[in-house]
Amino acid sequence: MFRRSLLGLFFALGVASTGSACKNKAADGGGSPGAAAEIVIGHYASMTGNTAHFGQDTDKAARLAADQLNAQGGVLGKKLKIVTLDTRGDGAEAANAVTRLIDVEKATAILGEVASSLSLQGGPIAQRRKIPMVSPSSTNPKVTQIGDYVFRVCYIDPFQGKVMAIFARQTLKLDKVAILKDVKNDYSIGLADAFQKAFVASGGTIAAEQSYSAGDTDFSAQVTAIKGSGAQAIWVPGYYAEVGAIARTAARLGVKMPLLGGDGWDAPELFTIGGDALNGSYFSNHFAPDQASALSQKFVADFKAKYGQDPTGLGALGYDGVMVIADAIKRAGKLEEPAIRDALAATKDYEAVTGKITMDKDRNPEKSVVVLKIDGGKAKYEALVNP
Amino acid sequence: MSTFLQQVLNGLSLGSIYALIALGYTMVYGILKLINFAHGEVFMIGAYAGYFGAVGLGVEGYGAAGFPLYLALVVLVFAMVVAALLGVSIEFLAYRPVRSAPRLTPLITAIGVSLFLQNAAMLAFSPNPRPYPPILREVRFELGGVIVTNVKLTIFVVAIGLMAGLSWFIQRTWTGKAMRAVATNLDAARLMGIDTDRIIRATFAVGSALAAAGGILFGLDQIMINPLMGMLTGLKAFVAAVLGGIGNVRGAVLGGLLIGLAEQLTAGYLSPDYRDAITFVILIIILILRPEGLLGVVRPEKV
Repeated sequence: MFRRSLLGLFFALGVASTGSACKNKAADGGGSPGAAAEIVIGHYASMTGNTAHFGQDTDKAARLAADQLNAQGGVLGKKLKIVTLDTRGDGAEAANAVTRLIDVEKATAILGEVASSLSLQGGPIAQRRKIPMVSPSSTNPKVTQIGDYVFRVCYIDPFQGKVMAIFARQTLKLDKVAILKDVKNDYSIGLADAFQKAFVASGGTIAAEQSYSAGDTDFSAQVTAIKGSGAQAIWVPGYYAEVGAIARTAARLGVKMPLLGGDGWDAPELFTIGGDALNGSYFSNHFAPDQASALSQKFVADFKAKYGQDPTGLGALGYDGVMVIADAIKRAGKLEEPAIRDALAATKDYEAVTGKITMDKDRNPEKSVVVLKIDGGKAKYEALVNP
Repeated sequence: MSTFLQQVLNGLSLGSIYALIALGYTMVYGILKLINFAHGEVFMIGAYAGYFGAVGLGVEGYGAAGFPLYLALVVLVFAMVVAALLGVSIEFLAYRPVRSAPRLTPLITAIGVSLFLQNAAMLAFSPNPRPYPPILREVRFELGGVIVTNVKLTIFVVAIGLMAGLSWFIQRTWTGKAMRAVATNLDAARLMGIDTDRIIRATFAVGSALAAAGGILFGLDQIMINPLMGMLTGLKAFVAAVLGGIGNVRGAVLGGLLIGLAEQLTAGYLSPDYRDAITFVILIIILILRPEGLLGVVRPEKV
C-alpha cells in the first residue's frame, strides 16, 4: 500500500511541478498585437530566477533604445514597441515565449536570450518561422549556427575563452588552473572548453576539472576537491548567482586562489552574494563603464538618468541589439522579414555602444574583449584585447 | 586524507539539516499516516522568516563586529514561532477537513498546499535568490588540515540540541507521551481522554519549528535562499525519513545524516552531477529491499 501510494505520488509531483512552470505572465504583454502603427520587437528574457538580472538589465536597456528611437520619430514612421516575455531561465519556457511572441504578439523581429542554452531553445523556432532573431549576448558559437535568421551582437566563446586563458598564462603567470563549470549550461561548457584548449596550448596544465548544475546551492564538495589539486586559480565560466556562492564557499574553506570567469559574471548581485571573497578575481566582459567611448558614456548616463542605476555590459548589448534591428529595418525600407534578415546580415561598421559591429558570414560580429578586475565590490578596467 | 575528512564534515553538516527537516515528516506520518508534502515549504518560509527577522533587527548595521548572539537566538526563536503557526494553520485549514477521507485525498491536498506556498512565496518575496544575512560572523580555523568554521559547528550544536530536546519532549513530557499514544492508536487514545486534535496540532507545531531551524541553518550554510529551495531539500529530507524508517524519530536523524554524507561523497568522488540522483537511488533501493526503513518496524496492516 505504502509503496504504491508513493509511486503515484511521484507522478503527481512531476505533473504538478511542470504545471507550475508554465504559468508565466508577460512582464507587460498587453496592448493590441499587430497594430499597424507599431513595429513589435519581441523580447524573451529571464526576468525572474537565478539569472534575473540578465533579463531585467537587457530589458531596461532595450526599452531605453526603443524610447530614444521613438522620440526621434520611430522607424519607417512607426513606433517601436518592445513586448517582453519571461523565460524564468528555463529552456521550455524560452521556446514557449518565442512561439507566443510570433503567434500572439506578431513580432517583426525578436531580441533574446542572454543565456546561450535558452537562445538554443528559442532560436530554432524563430528560424523555422523565418523571423529574424538577434541574441544580445549569447556567446556560444552554436547559437548562430541554428540558421540564417539568427544573429548576435556580441563576440563568441572561443575568442573569449582564449583571451582569458592567455591573460591567465601571460599576465597572471599561472601554470596550473582548475576548472569548475556548469554542466547544464551550453555557455559554461563551451567557455570551459575554449579556455582549456588555449591554456594547455600555451603551456599551462589543468589541475582539476569539477562541475555543478545550475540551481545547485552546495559547492563545498567541488571546492574541497580543487583545494587539494594544487591549482593556482579557478576558471568558473558560470552565471553570477552560483559564482558568488562559489566564491563564498572557497573563502570559507580557506581557498585563497583568485577566480577567473566570463561575461556571465556581469551583475551587481555578484558582489552582494560574493562580497569580499571575490577581491582579486578577474572576468572578461563586453565593455567597461569606466573606460569607454563617448557613445558608451552617453548610454551609461542615459541609463542612469532613467533607471537610477548603472547598466551592465549585458544591458549595453540589449541596447545595441535593438539599435541594430532598427538600423536593419531602416535599411530594408519595408517590414518584410526576409528583407530585414538580409539587411541584418549586411550590417557593416555600425557604431554601437559596445564597439563597431560588422556581421561576418556566420552572423557573428568580431569585437574586442575587456578584462575587468574585482576590487572592493567593484569591477575595474584591467585590459582590452582586440580580435 | 584531509580532503576526505573535509567532505565527511561537509556531508554531516548538510545531513544534520536534512535530519531536522526529516523529523517533521516522520512525526506527522507517525500520527496521521500523512506525508506532509508542504513541509519543505514550511522549511523555506522558516528560512525567510529568519531572513526578515535578522534584517528587521538591523543585522547589516553590526558590520564586522558581528550580530550579538542573543539577537541571533531571537531570530531563531522568531522563525520557529512563525513556522509553528504556519504548520498549525496548514493542519487546521487544509488537512483537518479531509482527515477522515481516503489516504490519497490528504496527500493530494498536501501537494496543493506545497504548490500554493511556493507560488505565494515567489509573489511575496520575489523569485530571485537572496544572499542570507550574516546572522553569525564566520570564524574559520584549521584542525589537522580540515577547515572548520563556527557556522558548521553551530549547525551541529543547534541540530543536536534540538534533536535531544525533541527526544526529551517525546519521552518525558505529558504531551510527548500523548503523541506516542496517538501514534500507536488514535481512536484508543481518544477513548483514554486525550484531546487528539490538540496533540495533532502540537505535532505540526513542533515539526514545523524544527524545519524553520533547519531553514536558518541552511541559509547560513548554503549562502543563498530562494522560494523554491523547499522542493528538492524537502524531497531529500523525505527520503531521509523513509530511509531511517518513516514514523521513527531516531531513524529520521540517522537517515538525514546518511543522505547528507552520501550526497557529499558522491559529489566529491564520483561526480557532482549525481548528487541529487544518489538520494533517489537510495530511495528506490530502500523501497525494494527494506520498505520499512533501517530502524522501522514491520507493522501488519490493520484490517
